[in-house]
Amino acid sequence: MVAVTPESGQDSGLGADLGAQLAAAFDAAVAADERVEPRDWMPEEYRASLVRQMAQHAHSEIIGMQPEANWITRAPSLRRKAILMAKVQDEAGHGLYLYSAAETLGTSRDELLDKLHSGRQKYSSIFNYPTLTWADVGAIGWLVDGAAITNQVPLCRCSYGPYARAMVRICKEESFHQRQGFELLLALSKGTPEQHAMAQDAVDRWWWPSLMMFGPPDDESAHSAQSMAWRIKRHSNDELRQRFVDIAVPQAETLGLTLPDPDLKWNEERGHYDFGPIDWAEFWDVLKGNGPCNEQRLSQRRRAHEEGAWVREAAAAYARKHAAAPAAAARNEEARV
Amino acid sequence: MTATDTPTVNAALALGDDALILSHRLGEWAGHAPELEEEVALANIALDLLGQARFLLSMAGDEDEMAFLREERSFRNLQLVEQPNGDFAHTIARQLYFSLYQHELHTDLAAGDGPFAGLAAKAVKETAYHRDHAVQWTLRLGDGTEESRRRMRAALDALWKFTGEMFQPVEGLDGIDWAVLEGRWLTALTGVLEQAGLAVPEGPRTGAWAAGAGRQGLHTEPFGRMLAEMQHLHRSHPGASW
Ligand SMILES: [Fe+2]
Ligand SMILES: [Fe+2]
Repeated sequence: MVAVTPESGQDSGLGADLGAQLAAAFDAAVAADERVEPRDWMPEEYRASLVRQMAQHAHSEIIGMQPEANWITRAPSLRRKAILMAKVQDEAGHGLYLYSAAETLGTSRDELLDKLHSGRQKYSSIFNYPTLTWADVGAIGWLVDGAAITNQVPLCRCSYGPYARAMVRICKEESFHQRQGFELLLALSKGTPEQHAMAQDAVDRWWWPSLMMFGPPDDESAHSAQSMAWRIKRHSNDELRQRFVDIAVPQAETLGLTLPDPDLKWNEERGHYDFGPIDWAEFWDVLKGNGPCNEQRLSQRRRAHEEGAWVREAAAAYARKHAAAPAAAARNEEARV
Repeated sequence: MTATDTPTVNAALALGDDALILSHRLGEWAGHAPELEEEVALANIALDLLGQARFLLSMAGDEDEMAFLREERSFRNLQLVEQPNGDFAHTIARQLYFSLYQHELHTDLAAGDGPFAGLAAKAVKETAYHRDHAVQWTLRLGDGTEESRRRMRAALDALWKFTGEMFQPVEGLDGIDWAVLEGRWLTALTGVLEQAGLAVPEGPRTGAWAAGAGRQGLHTEPFGRMLAEMQHLHRSHPGASW
């Protein structure tokens, strides 16, 4: 990439010629699939767009812990309990990678959390639906992690290096989650009639919201075109949604479960499954804050943050007092404070 | 299904229930921790303990029957580990008391040749991390702000009365000198608290009612509600597999 430091590359104080040259070089490099690294020059809008997307992604990881953590204390076997605890832990880890990746663009985690807590930044609307039964844990793994993978695999080739590298690691773990969710549902589907019904009910409730995870249809998507040009995004919302449906339908058959869409059928000509209309009114309504759990998710997040304030302050005060003792500080890194 | 037929089974249940119940309490933190790093750390510890629990409960029978189908009075865990999480200081105080004990106990068991030597040899590495985690936080809370010191002191005091039970001899754990173990625990604890600028709590470490109570299946009121939550789904579908 263009080896110009961000400070020297900002709009102010630069000749118009140099600015235009940098922008042209940037566009050419991105078009040639070169990776942008933190110290490279980049257009302000590119930086802002990335920060917005990475922040929303990070927020989704940590808010997404809540619906599944809701079942940790009730997991019906010790094996499932271990898998679920590890999954929720992975999501916290994903949040950490992504906040760190966003920090490479000069935006701190505190700043982003503040925007989440004050409602100025969003997280994925899917987490505004409740987990009502144990089978929801399976449906989330299979469908929600599944949709996330479909969305995120192309991000492993995103133009911004730190984001792309974080996504490689995250996608590996998401595919574990997807398989575990599938396997959980399979056990229920093949279990007692009550367990089978529980699995079917969960899939009925999570199917449509999962399709909405790909965002509005292409002609209504606000940031899509520019993101595609910048190689932040590589496929349109509708393309990814179709890809997901095509993968999920045969998997549902293997599970012995139906998908709640009478219009779902193979279209020989297109080589894809056709599916029925999505209720976009519901999507926009949940996005606006009127989903079943918007209030609950955000207030739990705020409460955890507020109730943890004294702990973080104590750690910071301790670090200041002991700043003169680097050996001790290094030893304490493990406990991460 | 009392399953306390042999000393080894009795000991497996005592150690296994400690790990199972503490793991469950730590699992309650998921989504509520003071920072993301702690979400990861607390889950790590909970997962280690759950792994230990599964191994130990399997020595007594089917792990899920042991966890989900026993009644409250059949659980053999210490009352300490069933205490509610409280604020972060309470959780850290509970971790400090228990992980110092568990680490010393595993060290002794690993050095012996009894039925728990193998498990203890593996677990001692995990409990060393649990201990370090609790120690580092004790230092930060004790030597952090006025508020953190006050909270940590209150937590240490509140849980102190549950610490005596840890050193009641457990049938089936042969070769443990419980008085020596207790001495080592107290020395280690005193060292940490001194470094953190905190006093070792005063007052009795057991009451007539609490001496070895948990090990005999006598628990505190919050435990019943915890079990009700933990066992409800499993018990609602008798015979089902998951
Ligand atoms: Fe994730
Ligand atoms: Fe995931």
